[in-house]
Amino acid sequence: MLSLRRIANISLRAARAHHTALNTVTEQDLAHFAKILPPSSILSTLPPSSAASQDLEQYNNDWMGKYHGSSTTVLKPKTTEQVSQIVKWCNERRIGIVPQGGNTGLVGGSVPIHNELILSLSNMSKVRSFDPVSGILVADAGCILQSLTDYVAPHNHIMPIDLGAKGSCQIGGNVATNAGGLRLLRYGSLHGTVLGLEVVLPDGTILDQLTTLRKDNTGYDLKQLFIGAEGTLGVITGVSILTPPAPQASNNVILALPSFKNVLPLYEIVKRQLSEILSAFEYIDRTAYDLAVKHGQGRALTDEEVEGAECFVLVETSGGRREHDEEKLADLLEFLMSAEEPLITNGAMSQSPAQFSSLWALREGVTEAVAKEGKPYKYDISVPLSSFQDVVDNTRKHLETKGLLGDHAVKHVVGYGHVGDGNLHLNVVAESYTPEIQAALEPYVYEVVASHRGSISAEHGVGAMKTHALHYSKSDVSIAWMKKIKEVFDPRGIMNPGKVLE
Amino acid sequence: MHHVRGSNHFLPAVEEAVRLREKLKDAVKSIKAVTIGPPKSIETLRTALAMGADSSIHVEIPESAPAPEPLAVAKTLQEIIKRQEGGVDVVILGKQAIDDDLGVTGQMLAGLLGWSQATFASKVEIDAVKKEALVTREIDGGGEEVRCKLPIIITTDLRLNEPRYASLPNIMKAKKKPVEKLTPADLGIDFTPQLETLKVSEPPQRVGGGKVANVDELVAKLKEAGFTAV
Repeated sequence: MLSLRRIANISLRAARAHHTALNTVTEQDLAHFAKILPPSSILSTLPPSSAASQDLEQYNNDWMGKYHGSSTTVLKPKTTEQVSQIVKWCNERRIGIVPQGGNTGLVGGSVPIHNELILSLSNMSKVRSFDPVSGILVADAGCILQSLTDYVAPHNHIMPIDLGAKGSCQIGGNVATNAGGLRLLRYGSLHGTVLGLEVVLPDGTILDQLTTLRKDNTGYDLKQLFIGAEGTLGVITGVSILTPPAPQASNNVILALPSFKNVLPLYEIVKRQLSEILSAFEYIDRTAYDLAVKHGQGRALTDEEVEGAECFVLVETSGGRREHDEEKLADLLEFLMSAEEPLITNGAMSQSPAQFSSLWALREGVTEAVAKEGKPYKYDISVPLSSFQDVVDNTRKHLETKGLLGDHAVKHVVGYGHVGDGNLHLNVVAESYTPEIQAALEPYVYEVVASHRGSISAEHGVGAMKTHALHYSKSDVSIAWMKKIKEVFDPRGIMNPGKVLE
Repeated sequence: MHHVRGSNHFLPAVEEAVRLREKLKDAVKSIKAVTIGPPKSIETLRTALAMGADSSIHVEIPESAPAPEPLAVAKTLQEIIKRQEGGVDVVILGKQAIDDDLGVTGQMLAGLLGWSQATFASKVEIDAVKKEALVTREIDGGGEEVRCKLPIIITTDLRLNEPRYASLPNIMKAKKKPVEKLTPADLGIDFTPQLETLKVSEPPQRVGGGKVANVDELVAKLKEAGFTAV
């Protein structure tokens, strides 16, 4: 354990050593930016802007309050051309850049490690085009996901991704992190639904691959590199994405399970009986449910409905024909309730749009409930479905043996997530972030994941949090080639330094 | 948003009936849910039965028929109420239908029956012994309390309650509860539309306001518009 920690520390120092080759933003740089951008697009503590450093707090700190940068300057360009000029200058001057969207990331990838310049895409928020026949949407990277959802709704389309942060996260950031979310089960990943990208490369060159073609096999598919690169290979400024038709009928139901062991057989039955109308299969353990209810995230079930429930599953259906879907769902529920050895003890089905949202809130609100309850350590992992509960329980036991379980240190260990995708969100809720808890959890959790040949980041990404842990899920050969690609695109190492790769 | 089943207005009415039974216990002898609509509207009755109604009536109209108008609905309900053995004490409706948003059916029904009415209810208390209802109504600018003699027509505001989910065991039980099927002809009601939409127009566009640079400019503009200090 100790030797691994030393390795981690050495890597951090190496990262910083590389990093100190970069320059900080000066007044002269600011004067240059003032020639490219209007005053409203520049926020800096340096003169002449001379803002208070509090004004930069929301840009320098992540959503969880876990990662803190110390940038002096935020730039908010309105056009791709402006982004290009900013990046070109920073490349020449060797100034580190952190591209930032909604700043809702959970791995410290969207805030500076030191005082890198923050390049916010928030002012680039226009929809460029939408074709209601094909459903292809072209939008600026700074468009908020919920706004895009609202934009395509009157045309009877929906965005192919949906996540709890939808009110704040931006599509550029979603693409840069290859966000997964609640609809991946049904619509697949952004690697499939993104048709084209407009990217500003680290030397300022604009790479325009903003096609609206559904099929285009002409050469290497460069956009796939930027999807999930977390802003380390370039700045995404425009996105072309395929939006699916809105379902004509949506339903959801929450199921109470007496034992976690029933989740896998339940999933098999649900998949088989609902087949093409299944659009989400989400898991929340009892603690996660109780926390969501405690923090008023959605209407609770009755005591009778949750009696004896060890965990819950939220099932959503989306289909083209209401009667057909409801019949399938009714048959499934009847089958489950009247089985000889029922996999579920109880459950509730929504009967109105308000209840549909409320049931979803019980799942989507867990993230917020956890953040309100304490300081969460978040591990977003892919492990075999059958081992979900063991991972959570063993983590709890491990903390107990270290004397860290209790109101003074770790208050709760909860598990929830996209069980249909094999993705567990393990959350360790602490009273405060401390080195002791950190040391107890890492590399313990990563080692557990590696032992299952799982992923240390199913969907949240690597950010600053897991750069040292990449080797738990990717071979040395893979990592070496990732570094070669990084070197090709960004030889000066200015693009989101210290993130993804060490 | 995409089409999620159910109406937000109907559930609070059912919920209130079930809560009244929880409060008044045996004083509530039965809860019956009624719907008027095409074959698929039976789903709303299944919901009501799953939430706690004992039995239901489906007045079925053809799929292709136009949505029934409030007066026809009110007359239908009046006829059904007349036919209930033992009488009816409380009728709870959503304040408006999701098809036309008119919000007049409850009031018409009260008029036809000559009963008390308390519309846009956000709080309901029933005294079964005194045969009285104390209802708080949502009005512009606040709440109005009315005390009414039973029998009574109540229409629900969305603020009245948060409807319970239909639990799976109750959904199963609801399948065995009775649904009586009737047609308008059985009740002797004519559903031929009486209303004709002559014109639909948007409210006039609001003219934008102007921004002022400071308080002095604001005062100057107010004076220009003829406002004087008091």
